[in-house]
Amino acid sequence: MTITDTLAASTGSTRTLFRFATAGSVDDGKSTLVGRLLFDSKAILADQLEAVARTSAERGFGASGEEIDLALLTDGLRAEREQGITIDVAYRYFATDARNFILADCPGHVEYTKNTVTGASTADAVVLLVDARNGVLEQTRRHLAVTRLLRVPHVIIAVNKIDLVDYSESVYEEISADIDRVARELEIDGALTVPVSALKGDNVVTASSRTPWYTGPTLLELLEELPDRDRSLQATEPFRMPVQTVIRPQGSLAPGLEEDDYRDFRGYAGQISAGSIRVGQSIAVAGTSRTTRVTGLWSGTERVDEARSPQSVVLEIEDQLDLARGSMLAAAESAPAGHREFGARIAWLNDKPLTPGAKVLIKHGAATVKALVEEVHARLDLTDLTDGPANALELNDIGSVAIRTATPLPVEDYEHHRQTGAFLVIDPLSGDTLGAGIAAPGVVEAEDPLEDWLGDEG
Amino acid sequence: MTTEISPGRGGPAVALAESDADVRTLTDLDILESESIHIIREVVAEFDRPAMLFSGGKDSVVMAHLAAKAFFPGRVPFPLVHIDTGHNFPEVLEFRDRAVERLGTQLVVGSVQEYIDRGELEERADGTRNPLQTVPLLDTIASNRFDVVFGGGRRDEDKARAKERVLSLRDDFGQWDPRSQRPELWNLYNGRHTPGQHVRAFPLSNWTELDVWRYIERENIEIPSLYYAHERDTFLRDGMIRAVGTVSVPGPDETVERRVVRYRTVGDMSCTGAVESSAADASQVVQEVAVSTLTERGATRADDRISEAAMEDRKKDGYF
Ligand SMILES: Nc1nc2c(ncn2[C@@H]2O[C@H](COP(=O)(O)OP(=O)(O)O)[C@@H](O)[C@H]2O)c(=O)[nH]1
Repeated sequence: MTITDTLAASTGSTRTLFRFATAGSVDDGKSTLVGRLLFDSKAILADQLEAVARTSAERGFGASGEEIDLALLTDGLRAEREQGITIDVAYRYFATDARNFILADCPGHVEYTKNTVTGASTADAVVLLVDARNGVLEQTRRHLAVTRLLRVPHVIIAVNKIDLVDYSESVYEEISADIDRVARELEIDGALTVPVSALKGDNVVTASSRTPWYTGPTLLELLEELPDRDRSLQATEPFRMPVQTVIRPQGSLAPGLEEDDYRDFRGYAGQISAGSIRVGQSIAVAGTSRTTRVTGLWSGTERVDEARSPQSVVLEIEDQLDLARGSMLAAAESAPAGHREFGARIAWLNDKPLTPGAKVLIKHGAATVKALVEEVHARLDLTDLTDGPANALELNDIGSVAIRTATPLPVEDYEHHRQTGAFLVIDPLSGDTLGAGIAAPGVVEAEDPLEDWLGDEG
Repeated sequence: MTTEISPGRGGPAVALAESDADVRTLTDLDILESESIHIIREVVAEFDRPAMLFSGGKDSVVMAHLAAKAFFPGRVPFPLVHIDTGHNFPEVLEFRDRAVERLGTQLVVGSVQEYIDRGELEERADGTRNPLQTVPLLDTIASNRFDVVFGGGRRDEDKARAKERVLSLRDDFGQWDPRSQRPELWNLYNGRHTPGQHVRAFPLSNWTELDVWRYIERENIEIPSLYYAHERDTFLRDGMIRAVGTVSVPGPDETVERRVVRYRTVGDMSCTGAVESSAADASQVVQEVAVSTLTERGATRADDRISEAAMEDRKKDGYF
């Protein structure tokens, strides 16, 4: 019996956790939609509501005074802009009977790339707003492109303000067809569309009688039913776990434990970034030829037989290997090679542009290594995901670069490894996070000496 | 079984993953727990002198529980810090000392009372000492050269916190500058810091009040008895139920009544209100919180009711 079984049994709980990000252009109604989701799912408590109702009334919202401005629930972006407060991703929380939701609310202003990349990096789904009166805009394409680049598993397009187009089926059909076309161009499969009115509540939580032509699920129903990270690809990928720290408790055992029982204990602690692991399974140290077997597995204070992404565990192994923080453990059959040179896409998040020759730090898994950005090849045109010439990346640009590191890193192709293909670019002087990196397809493979030897198969 | 979600006309259908009976579900609490443990381990690995704030409040108790799991079978490799307002519920102090002993770690106490006695802090007109914790906290951090301090703050607590980072940078004066905050992507936390920079780490960022309670129930975590229904002498002030005690004395026209109450936060006794409740254990509290209509702060903290922006102000000041 695993810890998970015990715990689920003890509380009878099978609630899951679902993370999603919302994005859209300014005024598409994102604040209102988020407010509506929180309000209708009863995540808004009486004292918060009272404050919002007061402000709504002061601002003369709703002639009769019975409607409140739901956008105020999520902080009123406008007020922030006026005060010059940094416009940032804000996290909101609500729950239904089946699920806990973590919503990354990504403001749709000039810094949208930074915010959308941030929100999308952890999201199981992105909800993208489109104003039914405007249809698919360039910014819609850009948001979709970011979603695609970061491999967010699900995309939902909320066609909002459907009330302002008289709940017109044909307007919705046209926008849906446009979305399909763009999604195909960007190679996004299964973009879902829902006609909604955030203001009036149609199809957000409850199905609307004003859109009888729409028979699909409401937005919340979709969010409740889409598979979470646990049920999606990540859990079926091969095992990967960066070693965060080595636990050798001799002399500093937790109170109540016997020194004799832990005399030789040496455990490797980490959060499983992909796949699953069992006691007895062969594993390898990524970037080396060393392999060993898992002899013990702990989840907190309990021994378990198996564990999977994204659980935090401690692993004991058969052999004395020279493992330290930053090492990566991987399934023996498919352990990634180490790379000192690799191609990547970087979303640049800093005011100071990225130029070739930049000396940076790269954080990948639990490893932080010195690196050089050797070349900036191209800047991505987010409207169609094509590369254009560039020799520097500005704030909010996404571009292709060549990276050389001081020590090899087991970076993998982000297209297939959403965790081990991701890295941060860090300023060695200030320590700031400068960019978000995703190892680019193809280039990584080409660096593998075996691949070269065997020739290009693709 | 494969569930088909029809997106209505105009969009393709998606087939959901089979719900495989062999695959156990990782619940929301499993995932929150793992995320918090990951954060605690990252911070301990990337900083030289970590410490954890421990007030005896339920969030700090849960955080310490997660820290114990993160390093098991080793012991928690950092001290706990308590900023003592001097306005404590006696039960909480006693609980604190027992908890520290159980974890086998050390306790560092910063005392608001000592600052007042030395004339370095002035008692406020309203008597509440929560806002006075800032200076002792910063001094404790400085004198112990802590470069990172774990706090039990959650992003669901109020609007001001919704944008807070898991690793939040503070300057020499403990101040929080929204512009210097780093974007946080994937599960990659950037713990680089320069001398003079301090970091506050919030491993419970993504937990809600209800999650905390459900976790306390699931893990059978001991918390101060104040959180559960008990009988005590109380009086009403500003629409809130106050405990009768040395730092909260009823006025001449405030009648003392025995009520069955519990607390939703434990802080400065002089300004923390109780709620009438019969919830006597964690599972009953879970039920109660699930249907509750007031935020924890709204229900029970006098100083937060005074100013809606109270939290934002304090955060800029270096308080959590
Ligand atoms: N008629 C109508 N108005 C809406 C709807 N959603 C939002 N609005 C209005 O559109 C304006 C912009 O909405 P807001 O939520 O602030 O947009 P944001 O900038 O995307 O966050 C506000 O005046 C809203 O009341 C909707 O579904 N129908």
